[in-house]
Amino acid sequence: MEITSHWRIKKQRYALVGEVCPHCSAKIFPPRDICPECGDEAKDHYQFSGRGEVYSYTTLYNAPAGYEEQAPYTVAMVQLEEGPLVTAQLTDIDVKEPEVGMPVEMVTRKLGSEGDRGILIYGYKFRPVLETA
Amino acid sequence: MTEEHEQTIMQPKNPIGFVGYGAYIPRYRLPATEVARIWKGGAAGTPIDEKAVAGLDEDVITMSIEAARNALARAQINPSDIRAVWVGSESHPYSVKPTSTVVAEAIGATPHTLAADWEFACKAGTEAVQAAIGFTGSGMARYALAIGMDTAQGRPGDPLEYTAGAGGAAYILGPADESLAVVEGSYSYTTDTPDFWRRADEKYPSHGERFTGEPAYFHHITSSAQELMKALGTKPADYTFVVFHQPNTKFPQRVAKTLGFTPEQLEAGLLVPRIGNVYAGSALVGLTAVLDAAKPDDRILLVSYGSGAGSDAMSLHVTERVLECHKLAPRTEDYINRRTEIDYATYARFRGKLSQ
Repeated sequence: MEITSHWRIKKQRYALVGEVCPHCSAKIFPPRDICPECGDEAKDHYQFSGRGEVYSYTTLYNAPAGYEEQAPYTVAMVQLEEGPLVTAQLTDIDVKEPEVGMPVEMVTRKLGSEGDRGILIYGYKFRPVLETA
Repeated sequence: MTEEHEQTIMQPKNPIGFVGYGAYIPRYRLPATEVARIWKGGAAGTPIDEKAVAGLDEDVITMSIEAARNALARAQINPSDIRAVWVGSESHPYSVKPTSTVVAEAIGATPHTLAADWEFACKAGTEAVQAAIGFTGSGMARYALAIGMDTAQGRPGDPLEYTAGAGGAAYILGPADESLAVVEGSYSYTTDTPDFWRRADEKYPSHGERFTGEPAYFHHITSSAQELMKALGTKPADYTFVVFHQPNTKFPQRVAKTLGFTPEQLEAGLLVPRIGNVYAGSALVGLTAVLDAAKPDDRILLVSYGSGAGSDAMSLHVTERVLECHKLAPRTEDYINRRTEIDYATYARFRGKLSQ
């Protein structure tokens, strides 16, 4: 991706900022011009809670170019509590740990870099909900 | 306050305090015995039990973001009301390109904010706190965010490798009447003392070995703590807790004793045996553990140390608000308890110590 492409989507990728449809109130992620639920125009920002659960997952041992540094890693479809299904890496797990239905929360982590001299790319991943006393 | 000290200690015109605080410590732990196994054949005393190590997808930017989100959860303010995002570290991921702009963007503090990265070895974080006290205390800003965070470096086989850990904390400074702990006064003691340094473009720091003790750590910490207490008219017995910079277990224990503090006053904030020396985050993450345990009316003395060299001392008075803040974000102990032990080989991979 070009620097400009990373720059344009930084809000959604750093903090899971999507949209809420002003017509049907559907929560939308990633943000887009037209609401996928009612077909009307969507534009109001919405901060997702970051909570959800694992809908499905798979572990990659042969990572594509640019992602080798963190392999092996697990990619999941996460059903956000507001509705949308998001694809993202799971983190703070060991590769055998995840299961369908596991509660997860969003964290902002390093996704990779554009080589040794390029920019560092940050964005959302999901981890098992932190246990608190 | 006596007239003689009017100019040495710092007190803002408007009363200021900590409105929110948040810790972050990564989940991986490298036992010190692993370092001894690789470099000393297992036959060496260890300065701590184990240290926290950042994962492959973690750095000072990601760790600062999580600590800042925890501080915001406790402050319960709108992030767009923050007018400064300042991050102190020895491990900024870029040489040129601020850590703080990424953090500010991720927490929703942009665009109406200052943002900058601070550098003063292990006291870059408390330096940012001092500046935030002045910035909010002058009325230029209602809230300012100051962070001390590190993924500390230690050359393979160097004594520093036992202790150089990862973690830190974020603090939101703001009006005293919204605070969980009010700043009673602060003081900075600085000299040119080359006890520890890292030249530009070098990967690992160098140090003056025994020189890092008496003329460096001990002199600066005792000088700043004594000067602040003298000016405020306080004594060690007035404090429920004391937190020092903690490069190993022995140094803070010894300086506490020298100054007249008891092991009980030191205990809650002494995290180094379990997470290592987290450099610019060291004293500040000790303080989050203390605030987790603090009750209204407790007094806390915080004394950082940064090589090069300097020490910031701050006297804090805890308010009623601390009780409601405890449960609004994960406690420091929650992060310490989230523990995955790794061996030296995994550590070498995580920390980029393998060359191909």
